[in-house]
Amino acid sequence: MPLTDSLRDDILASVPSLRAFAISLSGNGDRADDLVQETLLRALANIDSFQVGSNLPAWLFTILRNLFRSDYRKRRREVEDADGSYANTLKTQPAQNAHLEFEEFRTALEKLPQDQREALILVGASGFSYEDAATICGCAVGTIKSRVNRARSKLSALLYVDGAEDFGPDDTVRAVIGGSGG
Amino acid sequence: MKDVKPKGGLNAEIQSRIGHQLRAMYDDVVRQGVPDRFADMIRKLDGAEAQAQLAGDAGKKEGGE
Repeated sequence: MPLTDSLRDDILASVPSLRAFAISLSGNGDRADDLVQETLLRALANIDSFQVGSNLPAWLFTILRNLFRSDYRKRRREVEDADGSYANTLKTQPAQNAHLEFEEFRTALEKLPQDQREALILVGASGFSYEDAATICGCAVGTIKSRVNRARSKLSALLYVDGAEDFGPDDTVRAVIGGSGG
Repeated sequence: MKDVKPKGGLNAEIQSRIGHQLRAMYDDVVRQGVPDRFADMIRKLDGAEAQAQLAGDAGKKEGGE
């Protein structure tokens, strides 16, 4: 469809969540904004192929995801220790308490296979339906569901199993015994 | 009575904790709004200009630094 003012407004409204998706995928703010910029240019350049009445955010997310994928394939050869360098950028940031938990979560998210990470983000954070997420990722709805489930299991194993003692029943039990046993 | 969770199953508390952290991380970026460079680009460029800019960027990349 032609690039109307209202279509421009709709694209504009999608930018914050496109950036959040890009950062979740790439783990790097600068690279994420490059991805968003190229996504927007491509969307504007190909706006004629956007179907009236179809889901604009899903269309934009599809463009961004495909760009990230092709970029990622190129970079994987260039930067062998991408994990290591990302871990280092995390370490150099000032770690306030509130941010520490955040960074632990990000680091765990980074460890997920890419398929699972993007599925979890699309459904769990961007708020897309399983159907829209399947369209964006070019796969079956059932595949998205199983990726999301596996992502959740893996995150829970990474974040909570090792630290199970922190949330374990011991303290609670002790408190209850202490409180009622006196 | 033992509270045995099925292996591989997730309890509701952990699921909601993961969901909460995921959205907190995401919304942290969403709240930053639209950076000016993107707003300007969307408001100003028409399709042909966007195509030209894409072609220009590709040319720059291939030409090396």
